[in-house]
Amino acid sequence: MHISVNVDGVTYADEVEPRLLLVHYLRERLGKTGTVVGCDTGNCGACTVHLDGHSVKSCQMFAVQANGHEVTTIEGLARDGKLHPVQEAFRSNHALQCGFCTPGMIMQAIDLLADEPDPDDETVRKGLEGNLCRCTGYQNIVRAVQDAAHRMRPGAGPKLEQHSDEHITAKQPVGGE
Amino acid sequence: MIPAEFRYLCPSTVDEAVRMLAEEGEDAKIIAGGQSLVPVLRMRLAAPTALIDLGGLTELTGVRDEGDSLLIGAMTTHYEVQRDHLIHDHALLLKLATDTVADPQVRHRGTFGGSLCHADPAGDLLAPALALDAVMIIAGPGGRREVPASEFFVDYFETALAPDEILIDVRVPKFTGWGAHYEKLNRVAQAWSIVAVAAAVQVRDGSIAAARVGLTNVGAGPVRAVDVESALVGQPATAEAISEAALRASTGDGYKDNLARVLTGRALTAAVAG
Amino acid sequence: MTATAEPEVGKARLRKEDARLITGQTKWTDNIQLTGMLHMAVLRSPVAHARIRGIDCSRATAMPGVALVLTGEDFAAEQGSLPCAWPITEDMKSPPAPAMAVDQVNFAGEAVALVIADNAYRAADALAAIDVDYDELPVVLDLEEALKDQDLVHPDLGTNKCATWVFDSAEAGSGTDVEEAIASAEVVIERTFRQQRLIPSFIEPRSVVVDPSADMFTMWSATQIPHILRWMLAATTGIAEHKIRVIAPDVGGGFGGKLQVTPEELLCLLVARRMGRPVKWTESRTESMLSAHHGRDQIQKVTVSARRDGTVTGLKVELLADMGAYLRLVTPGIPILGAFMFNAIYKFPAYRFVCTNVFTNKTPTDAYRGAGRPEATFAIERMMDELAVELGMDPMKIREMNWIKHDEFPFTTVAGMTYDSGNYEAATARAMELFGYEELREEQERRRSSGDPVQLGIGISTYTEMCGLAPSRVLGALRYGAGGWETASIRMLPTGKVEVITGTSPHGQGHETVWSQIVADRLGVPFEDVEVLHGDTASAHRGMDSYGSRSLTVGGTALVHAADKVLAKARKLAAHMMECDEADVEFASGSFSVRGTSTVRTLSDVVLAAHVAHDLPEGMEPGMDADATFDPDNFSFPHGTHLCATEVDTETGRVRIRSYVAVDDVGTVVNPLIVDGQVHGGLAQGIAQALYEEAIHDETGTLTTATFADYLVPSADDLPSFLTARTATPATSNPLGVKGVGEAGTIASTPAVVNSVLDAVRHLGVRDIEMPLSPERVWTALQGGAADASTPAAGGLGSIDSQGGQS
Repeated sequence: MHISVNVDGVTYADEVEPRLLLVHYLRERLGKTGTVVGCDTGNCGACTVHLDGHSVKSCQMFAVQANGHEVTTIEGLARDGKLHPVQEAFRSNHALQCGFCTPGMIMQAIDLLADEPDPDDETVRKGLEGNLCRCTGYQNIVRAVQDAAHRMRPGAGPKLEQHSDEHITAKQPVGGE
Repeated sequence: MIPAEFRYLCPSTVDEAVRMLAEEGEDAKIIAGGQSLVPVLRMRLAAPTALIDLGGLTELTGVRDEGDSLLIGAMTTHYEVQRDHLIHDHALLLKLATDTVADPQVRHRGTFGGSLCHADPAGDLLAPALALDAVMIIAGPGGRREVPASEFFVDYFETALAPDEILIDVRVPKFTGWGAHYEKLNRVAQAWSIVAVAAAVQVRDGSIAAARVGLTNVGAGPVRAVDVESALVGQPATAEAISEAALRASTGDGYKDNLARVLTGRALTAAVAG
Repeated sequence: MTATAEPEVGKARLRKEDARLITGQTKWTDNIQLTGMLHMAVLRSPVAHARIRGIDCSRATAMPGVALVLTGEDFAAEQGSLPCAWPITEDMKSPPAPAMAVDQVNFAGEAVALVIADNAYRAADALAAIDVDYDELPVVLDLEEALKDQDLVHPDLGTNKCATWVFDSAEAGSGTDVEEAIASAEVVIERTFRQQRLIPSFIEPRSVVVDPSADMFTMWSATQIPHILRWMLAATTGIAEHKIRVIAPDVGGGFGGKLQVTPEELLCLLVARRMGRPVKWTESRTESMLSAHHGRDQIQKVTVSARRDGTVTGLKVELLADMGAYLRLVTPGIPILGAFMFNAIYKFPAYRFVCTNVFTNKTPTDAYRGAGRPEATFAIERMMDELAVELGMDPMKIREMNWIKHDEFPFTTVAGMTYDSGNYEAATARAMELFGYEELREEQERRRSSGDPVQLGIGISTYTEMCGLAPSRVLGALRYGAGGWETASIRMLPTGKVEVITGTSPHGQGHETVWSQIVADRLGVPFEDVEVLHGDTASAHRGMDSYGSRSLTVGGTALVHAADKVLAKARKLAAHMMECDEADVEFASGSFSVRGTSTVRTLSDVVLAAHVAHDLPEGMEPGMDADATFDPDNFSFPHGTHLCATEVDTETGRVRIRSYVAVDDVGTVVNPLIVDGQVHGGLAQGIAQALYEEAIHDETGTLTTATFADYLVPSADDLPSFLTARTATPATSNPLGVKGVGEAGTIASTPAVVNSVLDAVRHLGVRDIEMPLSPERVWTALQGGAADASTPAAGGLGSIDSQGGQS
């Protein structure tokens, strides 16, 4: 099936099998290996990306379902070498160890901050309940999200992901037609 | 884990979806948000020949005010339900139960109608739908029909939907001004309810004028705690009356029976307070 | 300028690793794509014990994209037996462990066939088309039943008993006879605890890529042990070791779970050799849970004898340890690591430890965070509480009267270990203060007397552990097949930059950062000027890898020694350059000077001089590189006091951790940020054992917790905030004074939580509750029922179903 998907500001046109999971499309077809697969059942959240500005688990949907939509991955956050505030906060608060859950965790944290710009401890913990981390015990992740909230005021979340037109034209598609 | 091959169909109207379903036959499946279906497909517990994706049916999303009731499109996502003002004002119990469904990512994709059709007895929206006398509006080759929630949930993962039918809307009577609470006990945040209780209470002048109580995961489908409801009506909205009524949530002596009673008491207490 | 103003050791440096990890630039094994690469998928047995009557691959072989379908029979001649490096006794029974079952499967999840296809989707399709005819055999699941030898996992062995390992302090001369102690004791308590089976659950699924081109087999693997893996692959396959290169790129967690030589690594290698093309295998989560090794799974019978005043007089431990179906790399030795830790921080005069290892038709067990030591710590810390209850004493007081006092170090224990340093009083005092022990006891009393449905409990764990695995001579005495040393190399580059090569192999620990800090301090070079290379046998040719809280204590020390060798040589050359006697050369902040003069040569100057080699002292080789290998004399012994307050909802059985204080003494701290992180993560895993996680097999031997929907790894919403603090008594066994921190949190926390819950409900008649303390088990115990393994803790199962519909 033919699909057209905007990923991290670049529009890709591709022929895909209907059963191709979005995460495999990103990883295998587009080379966006920053987004990873940690489980089969949608529990771990490592594959979290944004679809039209909202977090989704990219292993729990098919690439064909992203047809005509915008996807943002961990690789689309940094702008001109400048990290997203949530990325910065994860680093400054030692909110990662092995780092495998980190892309999904960061994407979900950004989503959370879009809805809750000043979350308390419990709100952060609930907001991240769909993302498993085996290394950190979450304490520094919670701290990082709250730290990021301070760094991001005012305005947060999906807005930061909107790409300027220059950005799109400046990038060449690396996959598809 | 990788699903088996299937064909993917993307109707743009309900009628087209119904036609496709009829053409594809019993081996086709409807996919709404896919948050329960995709894991099933990935683990190859099911291998439909075709998936008919309702994702393009914008007519099935959103909540409409229909006077005495709300009409909730089957494809309205959990996230939308959580934030909808009509639902908040007139069917608060649905919002509160939806708040506890899975996790934020799943709530962005998963749909109200999809959860009801999946009919997992541990799913959190069945008991509220039952308690609030929701009515399922179903489209099929013969046109539209309506099925009350009390007849919709048939068994474990089984509903009154025929293989060639699609749930399109859910009508929920307005419970304006009712207090509500969804009390859920699970092992970890992502786990399904061991037992949960959905309660809505109308308090007038310190007395309970009406009450609705539904139980999650105590049977093959949601269970309406009618004995609790009738014991409450006309009683003062006090802790004693609630405790007394909550005992009727179950008569057994197993763990889940106990939870049904305890959580009913807690849900009612919070609903009265709220 | 090469001077560093303040010491790097002790500084909360942000991690060097993070830049790639937070931007998605990480190199996971599964990210690797090679030209012509094929994909391997593994068919696994759905039954736990069966003869294989036949396997029909014809349909699968004919499917599009399928290059090859192979069964165990196809590999029988070349696969050998997966290595077990720890034959704990001379007469240990060790069955052959084929990477792929040939004629019999012994656990559900064992590999029975594989597909090689041009992509992973087609490989998965072909798996579904392989037909295996199984002739099912009786399954052996229960440890105590297994010992009766009625049904046998491996009939050829004639028994399910793998080995029995004994330590007796009277025989060893490290103490007296425990039977005498028990016979003459004023008080004897005996308890049986069950250490449930756990699944390590690293978040990165395992993945292997083998490239057979260029006259060399290059293997990338998500492993903790590239060096051991290379050695074992050579030993198992006969491929010359110098023709195998193993690379552990970025590895997403391990926790012991990637301390393994796996069937799939071996199979990928054999298939790549057969096909002459690169092959990749990446597991699904369910495959991981079925086939990657599990942890724990012991039944512990523990007897403590004491005087009425609370003084302990003897400790007897009788263990049954579940090996699962095969002995993996260090399977039989895991419970033995606990043998030296049951006595913990207490001065038992008499001790006997007997461990019987048992085969069952389950996934093999092996190392999981703590490996033997959490089990030991759980048992003794539970027993100290039980003794306190028996004697009506405060549980902290009874610990205090029995533990080793700070002025008694070094102290040789009844298990024959010499604890070099520690201060249990200090850590405990700090923890009690942070916790508000007295106030919580008062609240507990209030809730008890008012009959509050939510009861409060306080749990204590005053733990120690043995880390820094390990002195090679000790490993030899324990019949382990390798040494416990570690290697480091320092390459001084002509521009003054530094490359550090370590034999440790991190998978989340932050070695790149911490090793840089150590070298920056030692050599007086900027932190940023140090690059750490690891996890590639081509660059780090020698190493014993990362596990057992060893990397810093052993590997870090090797690094210090290598840096000292660099400085020793540089000092000679500096003296030559400054035309002075070597004895007059001083080194500080990266510069050499002549005592009492202003003559200075920076290390960078000296390194350049060594590199160009125009004017070296007689006999000096060009270059300024150095290697060092450190073999420790002793283990290190971190310790600490953890206090946990839980609220137990007696109406539902639900446990909520109200507060958790961890005060740990891990010796000198190189990077406090990283140490805190290790403690947090360790606590999460230990708490998860107490409350959430359990690998459950049904009566047919099927693992029913084979997804993250069923195996309950806690999320952020299921864990509390921790209050962590430290006391420090530097280790005397290494120049850094470090003790290791990777396992402390996991080891300490499980008994703290369980003690706390029991403390909350003991007055209601509850004596014990098996882990994990699910709401149902807690409630059942409160009803006076036996909350044992017969009521499996309800997971989130049941919602993934073939009837799945519109959703």
